[in-house]
Amino acid sequence: MSTNSSKRQLGRPVSIVGAGMSRFGAFADKDSRDLFVEAFQDMLDNLDQGIDVRDIECAYVGNYSSDLFEHQGHTAPIIADWLGLTPIPVTRIENACASSGSALREGIMAIASGLYDIVMVGGMEKMTSLPTEGVTDVLATAADGLYEVPAGLTFPGIFGAIATAHMDRYETNLDHLLKVGIKNHENGALNPKAQFNVTIQNLMERRMARAQERGQPVPEYVTEMDFLNDPGANPWIAWPLRLYDCAPITDGAACVLLVASEVAHNFTDKPIELAGTGQASGRPLHDADELTSLSAAKAAAGNAYEMAGVTADEIQVAEVHDCFTIAEIIASEDLGFFAPGEGGMAVDEGRTALNGDKPINTSGGLKAKGHPVGASGVAQVAEIFHQLRGEAGDRQVNKPGLELGLTHNVGGTGGTCVVNILRRSS
Amino acid sequence: MAEENRAFTATSFNIYLTQDKKLMGVLCRACGTLSPEPRPMCHACHGRDMEWYEFSGKARLSTFTCISIVPEKMSKKGYGRDNPYCTGIVTLEEGPRLSALIIGVDATKPQDIKTGMEMVLDLAEVDPESPTPTFRPV
Repeated sequence: MSTNSSKRQLGRPVSIVGAGMSRFGAFADKDSRDLFVEAFQDMLDNLDQGIDVRDIECAYVGNYSSDLFEHQGHTAPIIADWLGLTPIPVTRIENACASSGSALREGIMAIASGLYDIVMVGGMEKMTSLPTEGVTDVLATAADGLYEVPAGLTFPGIFGAIATAHMDRYETNLDHLLKVGIKNHENGALNPKAQFNVTIQNLMERRMARAQERGQPVPEYVTEMDFLNDPGANPWIAWPLRLYDCAPITDGAACVLLVASEVAHNFTDKPIELAGTGQASGRPLHDADELTSLSAAKAAAGNAYEMAGVTADEIQVAEVHDCFTIAEIIASEDLGFFAPGEGGMAVDEGRTALNGDKPINTSGGLKAKGHPVGASGVAQVAEIFHQLRGEAGDRQVNKPGLELGLTHNVGGTGGTCVVNILRRSS
Repeated sequence: MAEENRAFTATSFNIYLTQDKKLMGVLCRACGTLSPEPRPMCHACHGRDMEWYEFSGKARLSTFTCISIVPEKMSKKGYGRDNPYCTGIVTLEEGPRLSALIIGVDATKPQDIKTGMEMVLDLAEVDPESPTPTFRPV
């Protein structure tokens, strides 16, 4: 029997009624379970009509590698215990940086199947327990250990190779990459939970002030681009990517409460419907159809748009997986927001800024908000949940009739992609 | 002559690289698809009748990166912030692409490395501990 994509509809509608996030950053005194508790409490404290925690029937936890970061496997029952949820079923989902995006889909399907009405989905990662080289080696395990890693390709290296190909094929240049980072830091500066709650301008001024205090020569930066083009301030990581092209190493957790839409009004008057969801797999970059695009992102987006019955042009706000600046540019093309090769210019023209026609990564994105890999997929959904409810504070997208948002969560270098479309229920 | 009895695995791929100094992949006898990564089943047609295929070693550089923040393995070889190395993806003359270490270029001057340039397989100094296809400009 062949599959038919037009049949890919949920068995019944699913909505998000609450979202929570821990502070993102580096927390030497906290383990991943502590961060998850922080996110869970944030969600409970902001649930409009509250919940008896014992009503949660099932949970999924996205986590990439507590095994290597914390020497702790089998984390799902630990989360169940720390949240006081035992004996309900809790399952850990691992799909690299798309772990919690994938976990979310499992939660959606658990409700759509009719088995449960109330499901909690979260994600977590404790990364700063290892030094940078150790983190680099752990992240490299998301690539092909037999045919990519031996060639000396690192995680930034593979995205560096994608950037080289994109710059080679299109008009994309180094400045476009840097401008993604500038924009995301501007948004992150408005997000109190972001790891980098500062603009690049702030960081530049700090560096100049520090040099002055120490009696060292003060760098003659006039603009943020001067700062970002100084190899002392912004060293090369993997050509053409520099430090400020890369998402940081982060500890953090996020969670959401999913319910059958038919019971959503027991929790809030402002539920957000999961209008569409798509997930796809992809081959390693050397075997991919193109070196300038992630086929899994295009496939996942196609499925999500079809399920939601909307087009890319109708999406009003999006959180995309900017693990590297080039990743945001190609995401904006793979999702159909801009034509292939035009993502860099769209950033340059301010189209993806908070006040642009297609605001991307209003949270600060992975770049400024931080990227605790297993938490990122759900943290993106939490941001869109807040945006569509008009509760995103200083970074609120100011558009009349804000109704449709999208999340794009990539695992590894495109081996997995999950796209969700969220709609404010009218 | 390829050793026909070797299993279609990464272990065999690495033995070919280190001992035979050959880039050996597989050909699907059913549909003709070539894969530089040996595999027991064709990813394109699911055929199970595979044979070893020796790639010529002629290729073009498709994309690359020069890595300054290096993994531990490359650090031990002396690479690092002041001595980056080049790696990337080559397109073999037979069609498929593969990830490869790129030697014989100046990784401190990535602007001078050009995609599209002709490359050739060079396994003279392949690392037996961590073998990888290695290419240099013609």
